[in-house]
Amino acid sequence: MAFSLKLNGKTHQVDAEAGTPLLWVIRDELKMTGTKFGCGVASCGACTVHMDGEPVRSCQTYIEDVEGSEITTIEAMADSRIGAAVQQAWVELDVVQCGYCQSGQIMSAVGLLSENPKPNPAEIDDYMYGNACRCATYQRIRAGIQRAAEILEA
Amino acid sequence: MSITTSRRGFLKGAAATGAVLMVGVTPKGALAAGSGAQLNPFVKIGADGSVTAIVKHFEKGQGPATGLSTLVAEELGLRMDQITFEFAPSNPQVYNNLFFGPFQGTGGSTAMANSFMQYRQAGAAAREMLLEAAAQSWGVDARELVLEEGVISGAGQSAPLGDFVAAAAERSAPENPRLKDPSEFRLIGNAAVRRLDSPAKTNGSAQFAMDLHLPNQMVAMIARPEQRGALATGFDDAAAREVKGFLNAALLPNKAGVAVYAETTWAAMQAREALEVTWDTSAAETRSSDEIEAEIRAALEAEPTYNINKADVAATRAAIAAADRVVEQTFYFPLLAHAPMEPLNCTIEPLADGGIILHDGAQMPTGPHMALSQILELPMEKVQVKTMLAGGSFGRRATPDADYQVEAGLAFAMTDRTRPVKLVWSREDDLRSGYYRPAFGHKVRVGLNADGDIVGWEHQIAGQSIMKGTAFESMVVKDGIDHSSVEGTSDSPYQIPNGAFGLTDTEKATSTLWWRSVGHTHTAYVMEVMMDMAAQAAGRDPVDFRLAYLTGEGDDQKRMAGVLKLAAEKGGWGRAPAGHSKGIAVHKSFGSYVAEVVEISGSAEDGIRIENVTCAVDCGIAVNPDVVVAQMEGGIGYGIGHVMRDRITLTGGAVDQYNFPDYEPLRIGDIANIDVHIVPSAAPPSGVGEPGTPPAAPALANAIAAQSDLRVGALPMDENGVAWA
Repeated sequence: MAFSLKLNGKTHQVDAEAGTPLLWVIRDELKMTGTKFGCGVASCGACTVHMDGEPVRSCQTYIEDVEGSEITTIEAMADSRIGAAVQQAWVELDVVQCGYCQSGQIMSAVGLLSENPKPNPAEIDDYMYGNACRCATYQRIRAGIQRAAEILEA
Repeated sequence: MSITTSRRGFLKGAAATGAVLMVGVTPKGALAAGSGAQLNPFVKIGADGSVTAIVKHFEKGQGPATGLSTLVAEELGLRMDQITFEFAPSNPQVYNNLFFGPFQGTGGSTAMANSFMQYRQAGAAAREMLLEAAAQSWGVDARELVLEEGVISGAGQSAPLGDFVAAAAERSAPENPRLKDPSEFRLIGNAAVRRLDSPAKTNGSAQFAMDLHLPNQMVAMIARPEQRGALATGFDDAAAREVKGFLNAALLPNKAGVAVYAETTWAAMQAREALEVTWDTSAAETRSSDEIEAEIRAALEAEPTYNINKADVAATRAAIAAADRVVEQTFYFPLLAHAPMEPLNCTIEPLADGGIILHDGAQMPTGPHMALSQILELPMEKVQVKTMLAGGSFGRRATPDADYQVEAGLAFAMTDRTRPVKLVWSREDDLRSGYYRPAFGHKVRVGLNADGDIVGWEHQIAGQSIMKGTAFESMVVKDGIDHSSVEGTSDSPYQIPNGAFGLTDTEKATSTLWWRSVGHTHTAYVMEVMMDMAAQAAGRDPVDFRLAYLTGEGDDQKRMAGVLKLAAEKGGWGRAPAGHSKGIAVHKSFGSYVAEVVEISGSAEDGIRIENVTCAVDCGIAVNPDVVVAQMEGGIGYGIGHVMRDRITLTGGAVDQYNFPDYEPLRIGDIANIDVHIVPSAAPPSGVGEPGTPPAAPALANAIAAQSDLRVGALPMDENGVAWA
């Protein structure tokens, strides 16, 4: 079936079966690989993208459900004020280790800062709960979000 | 082009290919042939001045891409933004791990330790060759020149290093280039140095093996049995054929499963789901984890097969029998999965000349290199391994039998070999069909005299050997004892009187594998909980009690005592806010010494919260201090996350867990804070990837015991009396 997918400000015509997770459309059809496959059951957050500005798990979001919505991926984060601040903070603090989960972490962090410009550690832990990092970079994710908040405040 | 053989057999060549200066070691064969064409360098410098470190270790987040680049940049006098890195091709003669023999691989926390001199010498040789070339060109003495931040200057001259690359490439490599004195280091030991891979891993551009999309590639997934050892006898793919993008299904020649081929990952997942496979389970594993545990616990009650430290067991038992008090505890450690974030995968790309390229987050390139050469009946030189970024490993990407790369090879071999085949595992494959940290049990009896001093320590270990039956057996198993089953016990820096350590191997019901810190995952827990129990029984402070067994003049005791004291000092040992308690543990592994203080609040009944972890590490020279800190943070999280609530269990031979909901990873709120302190050291660098893990769980267990008298002997903790807040 043909679907129209608005992603990072561009409209793509996609040929996919209904029921295909957005994750696999992004990765295998559009060959945009910043969005990661980690579990396929929405329990690790590596596949997090924004749907109309809200973080969603693209492995459990289906192509037929995103028509008419704006999808944003990690590849477009540098173009957003909050996204750029989070990326800057991430590099300053060397948050990453293996890095595989970090696109998803950043997408969630941007979601958090969009609704709460100055989250405290408890609010960060609460919001970021669903983004797993097997390298356990959590200490720096927490610091990175607080640093991004500082950058945005300046 | 010129090649020089050094008397010390180290730096052997520099060769020009166009205007490129390459410095490294040349394989013996190539030297004998007098050809530099096969020179595989450690550092490559282009005429444009670009400097590339060729990194022989894979990057799973533990930092060697930055670390080995730092060594080269240091000796070449570069800034970190003047160097980039590439992963080395597979070549076990040149890019071998110096601790592994002629074998290229990453493991045992050795990446920096085995590369430290090698990459510095390569950088230093390149610097001397460039300076000599400039000196000759300018008609001055090279000793008047310096190379700083990419510019050669002195004797009234100045020019970028790229100007002398062609001339330098004509020179012989120095036999013994002068290395910087540590007092001259500007990058090594500099906590401000940033990771080279941070930007790409932050903007989505980093390419992991999973991200490879070669033109015309197929995706293969394997339908696997529920029980280890079951064999596929046939399949019905009628329903799979209905899946758009499905290409084919084929029985693997070893009958370990059925390969499903499709145009895309999603199609392969759906087609595999739709496939009906018939299994012959007559030889399949049928045991449950309860039976495995019962076998291990029974072994702990019997005389051990092996006397690990050749102890006089009768003397130990007599000493304990005569003791004033005896402290006794039995421990059980379940199977654990590695569960790296990036599910296992690799791609085999056919080449026009009949050869192939394996694209892989390759932890031990030599293994799959050899295995694919055999499976595909190709000479070694027709098999290339291209190492890509790996999304974690914790040991999983290094299997003695190159398991997933072999699967990819078998799946590729059954095609017409014209299209690239990308083998993809799902998370369920990873948790259910994997290799596991083996199950182990320990039983320890410690006798104390009236003064509270240890007079005897009898320690039985029973569990599943990792190394026996693998290609590594001959290297690691001595007198029947798999060192990886017992490391960290009788070889601990503690000077324990009348120690008797015994081992019994038990049967494996799953494949077992090294898991971040290997044997230390269980031995550190046992040693440090026992030390704590003994201190408690003796009525002594746990830090003072431990220090009493670290009084020797040996480096081992001094360094272990050093981190213990530093962690105690920085972690506020001996005082805690109301309602909080602290536990401490110290352990040596992979040449490094780590002590950790865990502070908790709450109660085991109503829920414990981990408020803080203070870590002190002595890893010799900390090349990239911030990477060391990050590895300690990660190692602590990995150790604590699993003992909180994770285990792999079997029912009738089948793994019970499917995905993260059944194998809950550490989450961001589980540890509120971690502080890491590095002991300044001039000792050679030792491991950092693993040593942060072993002390974390026992320090947590000791903190729980400090507030509740609950001694958690069996793991995970949430099934043994501990609730989490």
